[in-house]
Amino acid sequence: MTFDQIGSVDAVSDALAAQGYLAERPLALAIHLAVTLEQPLLLEGEAGVGKTEVARALAAATGARLIRLQCHEGIDLHHAVYDWDYPRQLLALRAAEGGVDEGALFSRRFLLRRPLLEALEHDGPVVLLIDEVDRADDEFEAFLLELLADFAVTIPELGTIQAAHRPVVVLTSNRTRELHDALKRRCLYHWIDYPNPDHERAIVHARLPGVPEAVAARVVAAVGRLREQGDLYKLPGVGETLVWARALLAVGDDVDLYDTLGVALKVHEDVQRVRDRRVLENV
Amino acid sequence: MSSGFVIDECWRMSDPVIAPLASLAAEMRALGGRVGVGELLNAHRALEAVDSPSPEDSRLALRSVLCSGRGDLERFELAYEAVFGAGRVVADPSALDELGGVERAVLPRAGMPGTARPDQGPRDSQPVPAAWSDVELLREKDFAQYTEEEIALAHRLVVRLARRGPTRLSRRTRPVRRRRGHSPDLRRILRASLRTGGEPVHRHWQAPSRRPRPVVLVCDVSGSMAPYARMLLQYMQACVAARRRVEAFAFGTRLTRITGELSSRDPDRALRRATEAVTDFSGGTRIGSALAQLNRGHGRRVGRGAVVVILSDGWDRGEPELLEVEMARLRRSAHRLVWLNPLAAHPDFEPLARGMRTAVPHADELLPGNSLASLEDLAGVLEEI
Repeated sequence: MTFDQIGSVDAVSDALAAQGYLAERPLALAIHLAVTLEQPLLLEGEAGVGKTEVARALAAATGARLIRLQCHEGIDLHHAVYDWDYPRQLLALRAAEGGVDEGALFSRRFLLRRPLLEALEHDGPVVLLIDEVDRADDEFEAFLLELLADFAVTIPELGTIQAAHRPVVVLTSNRTRELHDALKRRCLYHWIDYPNPDHERAIVHARLPGVPEAVAARVVAAVGRLREQGDLYKLPGVGETLVWARALLAVGDDVDLYDTLGVALKVHEDVQRVRDRRVLENV
Repeated sequence: MSSGFVIDECWRMSDPVIAPLASLAAEMRALGGRVGVGELLNAHRALEAVDSPSPEDSRLALRSVLCSGRGDLERFELAYEAVFGAGRVVADPSALDELGGVERAVLPRAGMPGTARPDQGPRDSQPVPAAWSDVELLREKDFAQYTEEEIALAHRLVVRLARRGPTRLSRRTRPVRRRRGHSPDLRRILRASLRTGGEPVHRHWQAPSRRPRPVVLVCDVSGSMAPYARMLLQYMQACVAARRRVEAFAFGTRLTRITGELSSRDPDRALRRATEAVTDFSGGTRIGSALAQLNRGHGRRVGRGAVVVILSDGWDRGEPELLEVEMARLRRSAHRLVWLNPLAAHPDFEPLARGMRTAVPHADELLPGNSLASLEDLAGVLEEI
């Protein structure tokens, strides 16, 4: 099923579920709007709730190409859009011994295409995932804003490159800092929360086919108890639930859960607290 | 986009939908959200794009479009309840005038002639200190003894101080002329050598640029800090306005984030909104549980190399063990931890208060923070970090 065939919110849910990603209805609706209105989607949420997975599942479900731009501090045009292959240009210059003109030097042959340029030029549907955009800085955000408006990039030597089809853009943020208002308002916004126990059990079954119901129920109940504790530094996410289930499958279901806490809790004080309070009794 | 175009496009859409949408936007703005004309038009398109006419789907669609952050989600719920609550659509004719009001708010920014700017007046009547000796006296005087007039006079000096803050090296580089100690800028060298037939004749150098380090200000607003709270809040407001990546919190028995409230451009309005947001002014102090909330709820803002400044006198009613653990955690997450204690200005001060005894070993710097002169010291310390 392609983007054009996504006619309704249910179609989105079904398509994602077929890829093993169980989206709740608000998220499916937000995705449907992002595709229909051709607006970017900004996903925020706790760690490990599946923000990046959504884009992967969407690309797989619609046969679109997933292009991922991982933002980091100091990311700029050369990391994100394009760069010139200077060493090869120098070699070409030397090899030709002064007989090369500028047009041949600054041509496609020596252009290194980075993710955003690939997304613009790809022939066919694209899901562009801009991951952890809060790790980039203000200058890059300003550039992103322009790009998301026109989907065109100007390379001085080559001219303006316009996208033939607008990609579906998904941005994720971990809220280490507030994004610029202008960028946030250009996007549709969705907050992904922890799933409720039934939904989480369904996710475990979808991602680990063949897992016994007893294991899934035990892990989901344990994670639920941990999330109820009001004073843990880092709460376990859905990713941790899945790893815990796989751990139980690997070492056997009868293992003492307290021994496997390291799978779900990564802060020493949290592990101590859970052990001291015997939080996982009867799970 | 001129105002005429906006009105035409709106009138072409179905009228019964506009009025409630405009009311919804007005409610959200009253609660502090920022909803503009663009969002309203988008909301309408979103409603058309939703295939099933169920009210829940429409609500979710409006939520995706009108919210731009987690704080907006709650505002949206309240506004939606107010406008569409009890299944009744409020067809408020004055809401259409509200749409005109939105444009009136937009127009001054576009520089249209003939529109008055209501908040221009009071800003110009800021008092100015008369002579240098007045400034000197003001600098050394303890905040607790300021008169109303002196508070107003000190404002400009506070604003100047707030601009100074910590920086750090970033990954971005910028071109520099000197070669000493800096690395070669390969990209520029190669590019320049194309001009000279492939020989790198011209050399270029680069150095990492500096950018502001995130600062987290946490102010104790309990009863014992009351004489200092006002000036310290002014300083926090000036910091939030002057630099990027500043977060501000206030606490008594619980922690409240006031960055959004303090970021209004008008300082008085900012302070007023912050005061309204904090509910436990002049109450008791539980520093440990406030820091616990900071570490858990806002841990990501504090990490990433932030400098945390705690403004408190250390009179704590909570358990010392909690304070110890949370201070240790905060110290590990933050780049530096600075403690400002107005009582520390007293020459005989020793950190005997239980809170101070527990907290001081974990702080990197202990400063008074009771006067403009000590805020200047703070600014100096921050720049050195």
